[in-house]
Amino acid sequence: MEEDLKGKIIVDDTVYETYYTRKYINRKPINISDPNTIVAVIPGVIKGIFVKKGDRVTKGQPLLILEAMKMKNRIFAPRNGIIEEVIVNIDDRVAKDQPLIKITD
Amino acid sequence: MSLKQKISDFFNRKKEIVEKTEIEAQSKQSKYGKMTARQRIEALLDPGTFHEYDLFVEHTTDEFGMDKKFLPRDGVITGTGEIMGYPVCIYAQDFTVAGGSLGLAHARKITKIMDHAMNLGIPLIGINDSGGARIQEGVNSLAGYGEIFYRNTRASGVIPQISVILGPCAGGAVYSPALTDFVFVVDKVSKMFITGPEVIKTVLGEEISMEDLGGARVQAEISGNAHFFAESEFECFEQIKKLVTFISWNNRKKPEPMLPAQPLEGRTITEILPNDNTEPYDVRDIIKAIADKSDFFEVQEYWAKNIVIGFIRMNGETVGVVANQPLVLAGVLDVDSSDKGARFIRFCDAFNIPLLTLVDLPGYLPGVDQEYAGVIRHGAKILYAYSEATVLKMTVIMRKAYGGGYIAMCSRHLGADFVFAWPTAEIAVMGPEGAANIIFKKEIESAPNPEEMRKIKVQEYTDKFANPFKAAANGYIDGVIIPDETREQILHCLLIGKNKKVENPEKKHGIPPF
Repeated sequence: MEEDLKGKIIVDDTVYETYYTRKYINRKPINISDPNTIVAVIPGVIKGIFVKKGDRVTKGQPLLILEAMKMKNRIFAPRNGIIEEVIVNIDDRVAKDQPLIKITD
Repeated sequence: MSLKQKISDFFNRKKEIVEKTEIEAQSKQSKYGKMTARQRIEALLDPGTFHEYDLFVEHTTDEFGMDKKFLPRDGVITGTGEIMGYPVCIYAQDFTVAGGSLGLAHARKITKIMDHAMNLGIPLIGINDSGGARIQEGVNSLAGYGEIFYRNTRASGVIPQISVILGPCAGGAVYSPALTDFVFVVDKVSKMFITGPEVIKTVLGEEISMEDLGGARVQAEISGNAHFFAESEFECFEQIKKLVTFISWNNRKKPEPMLPAQPLEGRTITEILPNDNTEPYDVRDIIKAIADKSDFFEVQEYWAKNIVIGFIRMNGETVGVVANQPLVLAGVLDVDSSDKGARFIRFCDAFNIPLLTLVDLPGYLPGVDQEYAGVIRHGAKILYAYSEATVLKMTVIMRKAYGGGYIAMCSRHLGADFVFAWPTAEIAVMGPEGAANIIFKKEIESAPNPEEMRKIKVQEYTDKFANPFKAAANGYIDGVIIPDETREQILHCLLIGKNKKVENPEKKHGIPPF
């Protein structure tokens, strides 16, 4: 066992000396997603932008076309609001979880 | 005591438990906007059909001052009744009695009603509202949980098991619902987790609210533990009633048929389907265009939305539908959607419900995170589930059916009884772009204008292979049909396939990749 994997685990108020797994050490903290930022759910290319900064949008309104996996996926407004910022441009290649648009009230 | 006195003594004893505890329970539960166990059972079952058992059961613990505590019904109501005329066994934990905590007597009441459900071959419904193990009862309480889990597993695939989470359900207690077929949650009422926010904070330093950790929305959208999400307890009960009418009572029966009905007037499939094969559409519109009354009862509507599963009726008979959803993630198969699809297929197979598969997917989702998450082993679940299923299997390839996705989505090769394709179908090893880049690599690279040559070759491949006729020429599909003829064709298959009998080789059980 490698020394750097040594650690402690507490279960029901009792401390146990143990070894961690690499996966456990490298785990990312969970971020509860920010409801005001729309992110890419899949890597792809921006093929259309229907809104600009300051536009008022209603829930379900199409905002972008994100082409991925041979499909022109439409990204819809998750709620009513105003476009605070359009972060991407046409033909931008985006990674998974990359922010695309910011919405505000 | 005279006969009259004995009867009146009985009434007094009953009143003490039924009426007195109900009044207390109502004042306690209503503070949290929750119904009492008794009210829940009455709201769910047909009026006047509930028959309660084990009213006078008491705990036998005398440690930690428990001998002085009287816990009416030991905190759980059990009995039988009817939902829309269908017989069911039911139990409901009472949070107002020692926090709905599970002691041995409490557990024995539950296991008794579970045994009833198994022996009688009728669905079991469990309403969970409990703080967890009754610590004063020590290992007896754990024994109680274990005996419930054991029965959940034994009953799996024999009778439908439904769990309703209407309060906290924490620690080991969550494993009973997890072993059952359908889990119902209600917004702001249901909470499920293995370790609560307090423990997570002290151990890991991560701060999270109970709602964000294990609330109804989390279970319905993120973890996939829940199958149905409702805004209120009443809406939840309506969902349960609807589900019960769609499924069979046990694995020896078929679901009860309803009166045949036509789909509602609306857009035809050819009107729903976009002209361009890269344009998405909502596959649920297609399902509704095929279903009786256009009624589609969707399961796990908010989780892994790239696959759509649920029940419809066709000429009154229940059919389980599995469909790729081009609207979300292009309809790809990934870790979660494979898991979701596979479990539903196995439910339908266990309870004699024919399967209709609607195919439109570019394949499995590429990505490091998917590979690390084990897309190989999760993706294999859907292959396993389809191959193992012996119910009538019907497949319609609507548009894309590429590569592993084509095989996985109930192809002929996995034992589909009927496979049809629309003229818009594209059945190939991969999409035209990818395929042309590989097959014509040399021609493209050595051409004076590679980009121009690439376009020509992509078109060449598209014309040749991006259609259903190669697969039809090999007999892998039974026919090419016009989209608007789909309902009629499937109705015919259901009629012809009514007495299908195929048996898996004799074995103790398979070893699916879960």
